[in-house]
Amino acid sequence: MSQPSQPGTVETTYRDAVREAIREALHRDPAVFLMGEDVGRYGGCYAVSKGLLAEFGPDRIRDTPLSESGFTGAGIGAAMAGMRPIVELMTVNFSLLALDQILNTAATIRHMSGNQFGVPLVIRMATGAGRQVAAQHSHSLEGWYAHIPGIKVLAPATLEDARGMLWTALEQPDPVLIFENVMLYNMTGRLAADAGAVEIDKAAVRRAGRDISLITYGGSLWKTLEAAAALAGDKIEAEVIDLRSLRPLDDAAIMASVAKTRRAVIVDEGWRSGSLSAEIGMRIVEQAFWELDAPIRRVCSAEVPIPYPRHLEEAAIPQVPRIVAAAKAALGRE
Amino acid sequence: MTIAADKPRLSREHMLELLRQMIRIRRFEDKCAELYTQEKIRGFLHLYDGEEAVAVGVIPVLESRDRIVATYREHGQALVRGVPMTAALAEMFGKQEGCSHGRGGSMHLFDRAKNFYGGNAIVGGGLPLAVGLALADHMRGAGIVTACFFGDGAVAEGEFHESLNLAALWGLPVLFVCENNLYAMGTALALSESETDLQRKAACYRIAAEAVDGMDVVAVEAAARRAVHQVRETGKPYFLECRTYRLRAHSMFDAQLYRDKAEVETWRQKDPILRLTTWLESNHLIHADELARIEAGVAAEIADAVAFAEAASWEPIGQLTRFTYAEPVATANR
Repeated sequence: MSQPSQPGTVETTYRDAVREAIREALHRDPAVFLMGEDVGRYGGCYAVSKGLLAEFGPDRIRDTPLSESGFTGAGIGAAMAGMRPIVELMTVNFSLLALDQILNTAATIRHMSGNQFGVPLVIRMATGAGRQVAAQHSHSLEGWYAHIPGIKVLAPATLEDARGMLWTALEQPDPVLIFENVMLYNMTGRLAADAGAVEIDKAAVRRAGRDISLITYGGSLWKTLEAAAALAGDKIEAEVIDLRSLRPLDDAAIMASVAKTRRAVIVDEGWRSGSLSAEIGMRIVEQAFWELDAPIRRVCSAEVPIPYPRHLEEAAIPQVPRIVAAAKAALGRE
Repeated sequence: MTIAADKPRLSREHMLELLRQMIRIRRFEDKCAELYTQEKIRGFLHLYDGEEAVAVGVIPVLESRDRIVATYREHGQALVRGVPMTAALAEMFGKQEGCSHGRGGSMHLFDRAKNFYGGNAIVGGGLPLAVGLALADHMRGAGIVTACFFGDGAVAEGEFHESLNLAALWGLPVLFVCENNLYAMGTALALSESETDLQRKAACYRIAAEAVDGMDVVAVEAAARRAVHQVRETGKPYFLECRTYRLRAHSMFDAQLYRDKAEVETWRQKDPILRLTTWLESNHLIHADELARIEAGVAAEIADAVAFAEAASWEPIGQLTRFTYAEPVATANR
């Protein structure tokens, strides 16, 4: 993001935008508290919560043991009893230890109780590869979570969304998972000084175009925009859709774009097999098949645990040249 | 609560009420087993036969503002807590007049008005939830106690250890009630635990712990009074191991290949209803007509519940996806 300096904006990072969102929530509502591994004394494993302990104290910036199922479940109970916890799971890889609580309890209680109890809980976690931290810290499993009815799944890709999605999520009566791509934390840019809550139920057109729809979210958005810029050099005007919400999906925005461009490439850092990209592709087939002029294409992660060496890691996940190539192939311009 | 309130009330009326509640659970579940064979109740049905003294000894000691988290064997807890028998039975029939709108069935009885939080079919899944309910109360200084019921099988789950650790670490007002019936489904405690003295495990987490004869309702109540009093006074957790036995199978599908008939017979002699009745009779505290009056009252309540459940209605299929999210959101979702 390299917009020129504008009046009423401030230079910030994705990390600082998330922190400001947490700070604002803590100030706005005394029922809000942050709970997770190393969120307090350590300052957050990605430094998101740095400084918050000094400002809000150990009750509201609550360090937990390495006990993902226990403290995620505690967040569920606290939410059911009227608090508004923000649970931080260090990465989506570790969230699997809490999957039982997320899937079997948070997502089901409203239904199983016949609407008597809801779980207004927000769970934040880091996702994605690119830091050479090998397989057990690098996976992108948000698409799995998008499979589960009863929860909402958000993927903020921009500074505005990093700053704005949290409060809206905290206002939801149901559990919301927010996935923050690890490669975005250091991203800098300018953000409105008075930036605040944003809506969370619509996809956004990040670049308008008429020739092909590039559908993506999270950390892949910036690579996709870069690919769109490269395609523009070849007189291909790509439209870039940022899904923002992975559950529910904004079908209307996807179909409107595809109806206009008649071609689609889905860029998803998850593995191809059984992925969110598969879901999106099938929805396009179900709802807009007759609008299509070419087969839908996908750019996903290679079917391998994310490797440690940089060259293999880079080869495993979606990159700009692969997106460009997929778009050109869809246009018959290989 | 005064020190006097800490002591069991051994008045005749009180003893008769303990007996009545145990008989009420036993006869209700006898009827449930019958209705199951008639296929009025489907799915899993886990009966509490033999364990009634635990719910009856503990739950009346709690105040209405206190919270209860239970397991899939929760009919006894629900009835003693005051969930109407009509609504409980209609729930098992799957009717929309059930206490969970028919969405949960036998394993998921919920009642917001009674602070009854289920009804959890994941072994150990309710423990983190109870910790979170208590965390919310702790953060607001509410003086509320959360009682969490679970079986010996849950002790093998990581969530047991995570939850006890969190409750002790943060000083949370949870009464952990372990219903040790010696079998995790069909696996004997000695085959599943390296240490079979379960209250010792709690003691390792620096939680006040005691074991009590769970077939003796008076002993359970006395222990529960001590425990609840201490949790409310100190705000700290307490572990009460009730040593009990399930006289019937784990569920209606269980052929009980894992234990001798002789063992079950031995325990039948310790049946908490038989035991209290015998004691009352030998002390001339109950007359035959009083017992008959209790049985008649319970029979009438059960007949009403069956009639209510039979007459209750099926939810229209058009409402299938309700209660997945809070209503305004659900209508906007796919």
